[in-house]
Amino acid sequence: MAGFVHNAALVRNEMHKTLGILAWAMVALLGAIAVATVALHRGEPINALWLVTAATCCYALAYRFYSKFIAAKILALDSLRATPAERLENGRDFLVTNKWVVFGHHFAAIAGPGPLVGPVLAAQFGYLPGTLWVLAGGVFAGCVQDFVILLFSVRRDGKSLTEMAKDEIGPIGGSVAYLAVIAILTILLGVVALIVVNALKSSPWATFTIAMTMPVALLMGVYLRRIRPGKVLEVSALGFILVLAAIWGGQYVSQSPALAQLFTFSAPTLAILIMVYGFAASALPVWLLLAPRDYLSTFVKLGTIGLLAVGIVALHPTLHMPALTRFVDGTGPVFAGKIFPFAFITIACGAISGFHALISSGTTPKLIARETETRMVGYGAMMCESAVAIMAIIAACVMEPGVYFAINSPAGIVGQAPATAAATISAWGFPVTAPQMQALAHAVGEQTLYNRTGGAPAFAVGMAHIFSHSLGGETLMALWYHFAIMFEALFILTILDAGTRVARFMVQDALGHVYKPLGRTSWYPSILVTSALIVAMWGYFLWQGVKDPLGGINSLWPLFGISNQLLATVALCVATTIIIKLHRAKYAAVTLVPLAWLVAVTFTASWQKIFDSSPRVGFLAQARVLETVPATAATARLIFNNRLDAAVTGVLVVMVTLVLFESVREWLGILLGTKEVRLKESPFVRTRLAMEEQG
Amino acid sequence: MNRLKDSIGGSAAKIFETAIAALREIFDEAPYARFLNRTGLESSSEAYAAFRREFEEAKVRRPKCC
Repeated sequence: MAGFVHNAALVRNEMHKTLGILAWAMVALLGAIAVATVALHRGEPINALWLVTAATCCYALAYRFYSKFIAAKILALDSLRATPAERLENGRDFLVTNKWVVFGHHFAAIAGPGPLVGPVLAAQFGYLPGTLWVLAGGVFAGCVQDFVILLFSVRRDGKSLTEMAKDEIGPIGGSVAYLAVIAILTILLGVVALIVVNALKSSPWATFTIAMTMPVALLMGVYLRRIRPGKVLEVSALGFILVLAAIWGGQYVSQSPALAQLFTFSAPTLAILIMVYGFAASALPVWLLLAPRDYLSTFVKLGTIGLLAVGIVALHPTLHMPALTRFVDGTGPVFAGKIFPFAFITIACGAISGFHALISSGTTPKLIARETETRMVGYGAMMCESAVAIMAIIAACVMEPGVYFAINSPAGIVGQAPATAAATISAWGFPVTAPQMQALAHAVGEQTLYNRTGGAPAFAVGMAHIFSHSLGGETLMALWYHFAIMFEALFILTILDAGTRVARFMVQDALGHVYKPLGRTSWYPSILVTSALIVAMWGYFLWQGVKDPLGGINSLWPLFGISNQLLATVALCVATTIIIKLHRAKYAAVTLVPLAWLVAVTFTASWQKIFDSSPRVGFLAQARVLETVPATAATARLIFNNRLDAAVTGVLVVMVTLVLFESVREWLGILLGTKEVRLKESPFVRTRLAMEEQG
Repeated sequence: MNRLKDSIGGSAAKIFETAIAALREIFDEAPYARFLNRTGLESSSEAYAAFRREFEEAKVRRPKCC
């Protein structure tokens, strides 16, 4: 009898195994068909569901097999090893937390406007390059980086990337990582502020809506402090309703000549207002304005991403953008440069972002209960971020290509007058007419949609298209458009204030070594000086973008992409070094291949941005062209800006080259046996959690 | 059939509970509850102010991604 039961169990196991293999084979087959359709389909528009299917199958396979392989063979995740959340639990920073809660926390921290804006800009090459990069870059590079850095930080008591770089590579690694973070924050804040300026300029409806988020946030702050202390979800829902009311009210503001004039600003005025906001946000107490805005932004962000996913699946729109456009040759109006390397630095957050390594070695490792959970949190959350980028590609590509280029092309390229711009874009083979653009602008409640560079307005039009077709119809198009603009601007302003504060703390920490009081985060003179310094740094890039005749995005977004991917290079150097130190050199390709790819991409992009002979691509070539035109104060400033951008790019590359050199020296020393392996892991302590669960 | 219903109902309740727990953590309600627990304070305007003072120093240092 016992033998019969045993045999039945064996047969059942075999059946489960066979069914599992069959199911995964089906997923692989479906994924292959979907990817092949996306990659090979030409001539006719393609349905967005093909992208959704390809992405879903790729993510499922990558998570099931690739991340499991990394977890088992390279990282050897140990569920019996106590994590810092358990060993150092203090109820504040270190805290054993449910894995789904950590997942939500981590995703909310890594998801920003990057995966929405980058893919929209890269759509000028067509839907194919961006889609393939988001899928391949996501599962083979970005998810791997986030996962391994998270695990290595967990094994080092939650140490930051800069500390790990210093410990594992050497002091140069630590210093470069620190400087790279400051550089990225500065460029990032400048470029995202420019996106907001471009979305709000000459738009009373959008400006009114964003202006209203300030009193709403103040009200939320008072409610939280005085009326219902700590009831954040409740007040966020209330704030959300008030913001929706502001979006609704915005249409009446835009229709009233007196009110519309009050909320209509030029780009330079908006830039100044945003700099003043950034300074105030950094120097003032956070509880009244910033914390409530942060909550409101997170509330809107999580809800909107979910809503967009549902909208895309429900509507499954047709993509009108071709797979590849003529601009793969590098002559694109949105930004100049060929697919390689520029598609790969334009899309960062959706595929791989060095910034994520800061989050993976920040708060998250201090909350992880078990090592085995790093796979779901690190690899899984980045997969979700990658899926957001796929949604952004769909939103950009549902538009007629002519409309997409009319919105995203700067006046310096297509011309200022609507008829001229439409004629130029139509001559490229993407038909669009001035009346068509006028009708679209009218439908979304704007005066014009021409020259709205930066990606945010194009994404908003795409999102409004998807939403209005699944919820509310054409009559709600204007409301959905302004909802999308509000969502992006709120997102970005939250990053601006949080980023300015983080950068201020970093500068204060460094200055504290020179003069102690400057390091005190509560000393007001230090707060004012360092806040002004940080705002001046990113404000300079913002001003440069606003005054740039090519729209600013052409020079600033690649600069941001390069710096972000260079930070990913540093993170992958740290990861590869640790893998080699763990005696897993035969598997080092898992981080080494993405590292080699990023080095090729960022170094080529940097070289081209500095030295390319085309003035639209190379900073120095642009400066040389400007030297030939009659000298004015404006051209002198543009020449200086181009040389400054070239110098910043050069300095970043030199710094990362130093880290690479140090890393390779470390690897060779270990592999050749000339260097002793010194791994700075915390010692193994057996977890109590497993015993508690068993007991 | 009833067992299946119970099981689905139980799973749905668990998913809902986890989602709420995640939201409470993301929106700092859970840290506030832990603060009250740790300090033995009752929820009030003063307690919330004390929580924010302690919490903000750490929280505002967290980077948010692009």
